[in-house]
This record gives sequence, structure tokens and C-alpha cells, in this order.
Amino acid sequence: MRADLEIIEQWIKPGSHVLDLGCGDGTLLDYLQREKQATGFGLEINPEHITSCMGRGVSVIEQNLDTQGLKNFEDQTFDVVLMTQALQAVRRPDVVLDEMLRLGREGIVTFPNFAYWRLRWYLVWRGRMPESETLPYKWYNTPNIHLCTFKDFEALCHRKKFRIKNRTVVDGEHQDRWFSALWPNMLGQTAIYRITRE
Amino acid sequence: MQLCSLAIKLQGWHDGGFRFIIVVQKTSKPFCFRPTVDLIQDTVASMPDFHSPDSVGVVTPQTLHFGDPITLACGQTLPAYDLVVETYGELNENASNAILICHALSGHHHAAGYHSEEDRKPGWWDSCIGPGKPIDTSRFFIVSLNNLGGCNGSTGPGSINPETGKAYGPSFPVITVKDWVQSQALLADRLGIHCWAAVVGGSLGGMQALQWSLSYPDRLRHAVVIASTPRLTAQNIAFNEVARKAITSDPDFYGGRFYDFNTIPRQGLMLARMVGHITYLSDASMGEKFGRELRDQAFKFGYDAEFQVESYLRYQGERFSETFDANTYLLMTKALDYFDPAYEFDDNLAAALKQSSCEFLVLSFSTDWRFTPARSEELVNAMIAARCKVSYAEIDAPWGHDAFLIPTPRYTDIFTAYLGRVAREVGA
Repeated sequence: MRADLEIIEQWIKPGSHVLDLGCGDGTLLDYLQREKQATGFGLEINPEHITSCMGRGVSVIEQNLDTQGLKNFEDQTFDVVLMTQALQAVRRPDVVLDEMLRLGREGIVTFPNFAYWRLRWYLVWRGRMPESETLPYKWYNTPNIHLCTFKDFEALCHRKKFRIKNRTVVDGEHQDRWFSALWPNMLGQTAIYRITRE
Repeated sequence: MQLCSLAIKLQGWHDGGFRFIIVVQKTSKPFCFRPTVDLIQDTVASMPDFHSPDSVGVVTPQTLHFGDPITLACGQTLPAYDLVVETYGELNENASNAILICHALSGHHHAAGYHSEEDRKPGWWDSCIGPGKPIDTSRFFIVSLNNLGGCNGSTGPGSINPETGKAYGPSFPVITVKDWVQSQALLADRLGIHCWAAVVGGSLGGMQALQWSLSYPDRLRHAVVIASTPRLTAQNIAFNEVARKAITSDPDFYGGRFYDFNTIPRQGLMLARMVGHITYLSDASMGEKFGRELRDQAFKFGYDAEFQVESYLRYQGERFSETFDANTYLLMTKALDYFDPAYEFDDNLAAALKQSSCEFLVLSFSTDWRFTPARSEELVNAMIAARCKVSYAEIDAPWGHDAFLIPTPRYTDIFTAYLGRVAREVGA
């Protein structure tokens, strides 16, 4: 399992009811179901991923956050709402964050940090939109339409009065390195946040 | 010079299976042979292959007699009845690998394989049932029946009422989805199956799968509900009413006692089927199949079937009227209309679903306007609210409601993946 998922997994209590927005092939939910007796759903739009989820016994709903929203889910029906590496690809990340905390007691979000030093260097040195292993697209075909930095995300949380319960950063190999914590906005490649309204 | 191009198309039918049809397409205007739709139907080139490794081969239906009375939702009791059943594959030692197939409005027990080596077409869901197919007969034991009230051998309005020595006709009780599920549970008892690995159905069959989860929550592990709905809309009921009115207003219907007059309400059944058939297809699939094509080159300024689509519908209607029982058609459409599990729960579907404990797979098709994806989503949302385990996908397919009978790559992949996991779960 990816290292960022291993970090997230530690934040989820056994028996939790979980909603995973953009659940991919269902790896994390599958793990949570088996190891933590978690229940819940994944939302996904990629047909191959949906099939994979069904094949491994993960409950998956084909639903597009941008066009269908999350109105079919009732308030406070989940312990945790997850969104890994998808916040930057939705049309209104701020609305999705509101929705996550409407549905669940807490939200866990991971996204690529656009202020990572390599990306900064790419832009300064080459004068072009950064491309990297985690952001392997051109500016015109990228699904990542709302990239942000650690500071941007925290500013949004502050404005919306979300409480940040935990945050951590990982590098390209999704490893939690001691030095990234020193200057996360510069040295962290992927941000992992655990937020709540409480 | 090539005048015509020959195409072989796979065509699915709401009432039964698929067949290959040879379509001769005009490529240059003069001298081209233009077949009528009827001719296409008559020259159907189905390719039966009993020896194909993914066919269940030749199968023999069996009639099971049930001597204990069954009390129905309408309050009436049937003292005894027969159910015609086909099974494919083998039941394992602990009877954990059984799958029940529930048929739709005009379906029956013959879901897969052939009845003889002369049989021209396989069972209605042969594309999905067989060794290595999504409903894999090398892993599962599959049970398919003709429902009570049907006209393919199970006791129905056309059967002889032992009390009178005459056909039941209109005195045959109206059967509901709940009644079917009750009779299917008694069938399961007879076959030694306490818990189905899955109950699977499309359309009206999907309603039965859903009803199973509510009536007998501990007797199935999975319910697969395809192209279905938790209840009919006013428009759905309206179409059914037109079909019923067509049948009951046929002078040959004789109030349902046409058996006694040695006739059948041919015109009424034909009309009922024609209107029904329109709702099974999509505008796009009809357009692709027929467009505005004429049987002959020019308008005739008369009222005969001139457009290909007209002659196709007439052919479908006529064929259907010769094989299907009018009273059964009335009964099946009424069962559709009445189905509404939320009714007893103040229209709260989620509350109804709280009775269930199985896992669900719900599938819809993008161009299905009879039971739209929105109806499936309504069901899925109620399942989410009831904290059921449910997976849902909307499959992109151009064929309207009939898409549930047509194997497309994504449909097949999902079905295979889901049932593969069910097989692992039950040790099949």
C-alpha cells in the first residue's frame, strides 16, 4: 500500500463508517474493511477502477462529484470522509470540503503541494508550468485544475473555521522524512491533512 | 461490382436471447435486393453451437409439483401448483453456490443452452450464463424458473383448474412480486438450498431480487438488480394500462375466457406487445436499426406498413401473440404496477431496506427510458441511507431497456468481477 495511505490508515479507528471520494481501485477501503472492520463506500468514475472495486468486495458507487455532488448522502452519516489526491481535480474544492464535513465528523485530504521546492525551481528556472512524477501532465490536458500549496490550504481551512487535527507531509516515495516537517511548504511533496469542524 | 454488403448483427430480444441476423445493406441504388424486415426475421441465421466450450449445451426443463397450498398477497389461495425449472451447473456439497435467475415480463425458465440439437436459438440469457461466462456454470449452480402465473409450463391462467376441469382464465389470482418470491423460496427448499449465493434479475426480475432481500434477508448473500426500479412511475403504469386495454378490448378476449372459445385475442396481444416493445428500445437504437427506411422505394399513400419500423413492430407483435398467453400478460403487467416495497413503510424506501442484510449490485443503462438510471439511483440512495452494502454503475449502452440482455464489454466485466468475488466468498 502507498505510504500516504499507511499514514491515513493510522488515523482511522476500527469499525469506522468511511466514505472515500475518488476511491481508485479500492485498495484503501479493502484494507480498512479487512484490517479495521470498517464499513462504507467508495465513489469513483473510472470504469476500470469501479470494476476492480467490485471484484475485491469494496462497495463502490459510480458518481461524479462535479456534476452530481454529494446531495444523496445525509448529514453526519460517516465517521470519516476521505479524499486522496483528488481535491485538486474537482471544480470547487472549497464546496467539496464543506460537503465532506457535512457528511462526516472528520475529513482526511491529501493533495500535491505546489510549493514543493522542485516545482518552484522548475517554474523559476524554465519559466514553464511545472511537470513532475506526481504532476505528469501538460498545462492544457491536466485534470489538476485547482493546484494549491500547504499555505493556501491552511488559509482556506482558517477562513472556513476548520480545525486541523493532524497534518503531515511525504516525499515522492510517500515517505515521511524528518526534514520535510521542518519546512513543509518547501520540502513536502504531498500534503496529508486531517480536518474537522468540531 | 459490389451491390450489396452483408453484415451480421447480433440482436437481442426482450423476450428471449440473442440471435445473429443477416442484414443486407444497399451500397448502390439500382439493382439492389432490399429485404423486408419480415424477411430478415425469417432468414435468421442463428448459429447454435451446443459443443461450444462456453455453452451449457442441451438442457431439459423439469416440472416440479407443489402439493401444499400457497396463500397469496391478494388473499386467495392456490391449493397446488407446478413450477417449471431449468438448472445449470452442479450444486456443491454445502449448497453454497446456488444462483437464482428471475425472469422479466415475458421471460421464462429457459435462460441458457438449447432444448435440442435442432433448437435454433439458445435461452434468453445465454450470453451471460455458461462455463466461463459472467454467471459461470463451472462454479455456480444456476436455477431458472418460469414464474407462477406464467405461460411456459408453470401453473398460470391457461392451466386447467382441477376444481372445474376448465382453464383458470380470469379466475386465476393476481400474483405479486412478493408471491413469486414466496414460491421461489419454496422451490429453494425443494432443491435443498437454504441460502442463495446470489439472486439475479433484470427489469421485473430485478424487482424479484430486491424483494428477496426484504422477504428472506437471511436466505441470500447478494442481490443483483439490473435495469430495474423500486416502483413504477405514472408513465410506466400508463404504458401498461394501454397494453392491458388493447388485450381486454379485443372481441376475442371474451373477458379472459377465450380458451373456452378456442381462440386467442391475437390483435390485442399484438398491440400490447407493439407498445411494450417501443419502450424496450431507445430512439437511437430504433433510428439505427430502421431510420425512416421504407419497405419499397416510394410512398404508397395508404395505411399499410410502409416504413420498416412498422413492419418490424407488426412482426414482433404477431409472433408474440402466437406464443404468449393474454391473461399472463395482464397478470405480469399488474405485478409490475403493484410492486412498491416502500408502500408499507410510509413511502420510505430506506426504512423498507433496513430489513435487508445482503449485499447489492445495482446496474442501469444510459439510454434506458423505461427504467431510467435515475430510478436505479433512487434505489441506491435509499440503500446508502439504510447502510446497505451496495455497488452501483451506470453502463453506457445505446439499446435502451433491452441493453440488460446484450453483452457489452463493461457490462460483462462488471458482472464477471462481481460474481467472481461472490464465488470466492462462497467457496465456489
